[in-house]
Amino acid sequence: MLDTAIPFATDLGAARSQMAFTLGFHIILASLGVAFPAMMLIANYRGLRRNDADAMLLSRRWSKVVAVTFAVGAVTGTVLSFEFGLLWPEFTGRFGDVFGLLFAIEGIFFFLEAIFVAIYIFGWKRLSPWAHFWTGVPIAITGLGGAFSVVAVNSWMNQPQGYTLSNGEVTDVDPLKVIFNPAVPYEVPHMILAAYLVTGFLVASVYAVGMLRGRRDRYHRLGLLIPLTVAAIATPIQFAVGDTAARAIADDQPIKFAGMECVQETSTHVTEYIFGRCTSDGVKGGIGIPGFDSFLVGWSTDTEVTGLDSVPPEDRPPANTLLHWAFDMMVGICTLLIGLGLWLGFVWWRKRDIPQTKWFLRATALSGVAAIVALECGWIVTEVGRQPWVVYNVMRTKDAVTGASGVWVTFSIVLVLYTVLGAATVVTLRVMARRWRRVEVEDDTDVPYGPSPGAPPAALSEGPG
Amino acid sequence: MSTADAVAAVLWVGATFYAVFGGADFGAGFWSLIAGGGERGRRARELIDWVIGPVWEANHVWLIFVLVVLWTGFPEAFGSIFSTMFIPLSLAALGIVLRGSGFAFHKTARRFAGRQLAERLFGLSSLLTPFFMGTVIGAIASGRVPVGNAAGDPVTSWLNGLSLLVGALFVVTSAYVSAVFLVSDARRAEAADLERYFTLRALAAAVVAGAFAVAGLVVLHSDARYVYDRLTAEGLPLVILSGLCGLGVLLLLLRRGTRGIRPLAVGAVVAVIWGWGVAQFPYLLPERLTIADGAGASATMTGVLIVFGVAVLLVLPAIALLFTLAQRSMIEETERPQPHGTIGS
Repeated sequence: MLDTAIPFATDLGAARSQMAFTLGFHIILASLGVAFPAMMLIANYRGLRRNDADAMLLSRRWSKVVAVTFAVGAVTGTVLSFEFGLLWPEFTGRFGDVFGLLFAIEGIFFFLEAIFVAIYIFGWKRLSPWAHFWTGVPIAITGLGGAFSVVAVNSWMNQPQGYTLSNGEVTDVDPLKVIFNPAVPYEVPHMILAAYLVTGFLVASVYAVGMLRGRRDRYHRLGLLIPLTVAAIATPIQFAVGDTAARAIADDQPIKFAGMECVQETSTHVTEYIFGRCTSDGVKGGIGIPGFDSFLVGWSTDTEVTGLDSVPPEDRPPANTLLHWAFDMMVGICTLLIGLGLWLGFVWWRKRDIPQTKWFLRATALSGVAAIVALECGWIVTEVGRQPWVVYNVMRTKDAVTGASGVWVTFSIVLVLYTVLGAATVVTLRVMARRWRRVEVEDDTDVPYGPSPGAPPAALSEGPG
Repeated sequence: MSTADAVAAVLWVGATFYAVFGGADFGAGFWSLIAGGGERGRRARELIDWVIGPVWEANHVWLIFVLVVLWTGFPEAFGSIFSTMFIPLSLAALGIVLRGSGFAFHKTARRFAGRQLAERLFGLSSLLTPFFMGTVIGAIASGRVPVGNAAGDPVTSWLNGLSLLVGALFVVTSAYVSAVFLVSDARRAEAADLERYFTLRALAAAVVAGAFAVAGLVVLHSDARYVYDRLTAEGLPLVILSGLCGLGVLLLLLRRGTRGIRPLAVGAVVAVIWGWGVAQFPYLLPERLTIADGAGASATMTGVLIVFGVAVLLVLPAIALLFTLAQRSMIEETERPQPHGTIGS
């Protein structure tokens, strides 16, 4: 299935694989970069307002985790900006002046974010507590701005507008039309909510594991409660936004929608399939709900849904089954996570405490990975679903790729390197956690920005020359 | 000056900042690499860690800035450079990944065997990235990057005398700027031994960088005539300025003065970068693509200038704040916030 989606043998296949892999990796770190600072600030605020030492400790430790993930995310993000040229020079070469401004705006947000991350992380000691808190607020705001700018570019690739092409050259650009393209209203909130959801469940899952291992103190309960509450609020909103997005895609990109739902022929009373295998004669296996797909698109089973047969085969997205499964997994996981949020909400309403049962903790422990799977599925839906186009109905991906050979070499290196990078990130975070558990006195030397225990001592008996 | 020229100037401003601040960072990695083991090496590395910690991330955002302005303002040039320069730019990116990870993890790794590996990676990649970026600049200056998707030679375009020399020049210049910065930082840390240590290294780097720069001029003469001719005419005042700044740094270092060496060292680098810019003008890719022909749509160019203006208004004060706090040692060692109690978990 994967190899029809991503043929490794060609440079195009290697380029697509490399882009998919590096983006799929970065999207996790980017989500943490957008949402984690907000949770750190919630804990910090609570710590200051209520004089809550546990919350204060959480925010200090989370800021160290933010430091690690931000540094790694900055690296993987830089790689992506290289790939715009290394992999897709025809795309960037032709449309760079159309979508580029959004990245320039993103650059400002990222710059400010990097600056305030540094100030916040290093400011714990000498800045006054509230001044320090306020140096953290710009991190959360710039994270939102950056997410808007980057996702707006992806929206534009799905709903290109705001320029004219004459003889293959871009002549007129209307930046506002580019920035506020029709896919922005649903793609941008969908991604930002996804970031909050992934971060919330992921952080909560860490403390759930700790509690399952018997560390049920207030510190752990708070570490679970803050992120899980944020995620539980975000999830139902995300469900509604996602539903709106799907309906908008049925309108804006009917072939993508047909791919997601395996709709072969344009018709009314289209059956909604849950899972199943997509073939040219319809869906094999899976659970079918007659007429429901039409109903979801237009609130009536009489709604006509465009099928893949309305365009020639070369204009259809590849790997239909993958696309369909990714969509169903995303929706399915989101539904389950809403259930987890309701569970938390119900018990909190009755007992003013988080559910202490093993099953709740187990579910929470799994929710982090589940949320990441949903995130990746969503990314597959939007990216594979847009194929064969890099700019929807305007430029094909195969016309955008570099003429340089040897992309499979860089892809192989990237695969190895990112595997090591991912492993090192996880190991680093685990080492930090273990050290926190072991050492009663805070050890502050393990942040990547690396405050050493201060300037080197003023003089040595025998200094080097 | 046309809008496109203004955007090119913005691009050059970004490149200048990256060369100075990013360069100082790369140079610090270089010194960290060759500091060696033992007490001396440890102390030198301690100073380096202490200095670049808080500013590391922000320094490297300039690279993103340059890339984005290039592809937004001059998309055709961007596509041409990145496709023909696929190999050296992939290697530069590799260096960035290794360097960033080495830096991100070497602190945590301090208590297990990975620390030394992380430090090595950090040091080696600090050579890799500036070197390959230098080869790219050499290729552009000598007209080896034609317009089009991978239109130039994938190998000889950057594997040639001039490109290799510029690559080496980038490494040496980074080391030079960094050593000068570290002299001042050692004084701020009141570490007299390290001040002497880096003074010596700054002197050595200054001499080597000067020698490479002169050699570069000779090779430019035979291999990149367009740039050479203009560098020795319109660009001459800047070349002379750079030389004077360099000499000033040498004199100050020899007299053990630290006041003024930072601006002079920066001046030497900035003058060369703008000299190169003047020498390339009006070309983005010498004798192949002019700024005017390579420029993107006019609304976008205006947009870039507006965004740049906003960036100056927002980012510069923030950077000033960061550097001020760092220089006043307001942001460094972390400790639990004072007014509240502490509870272990």
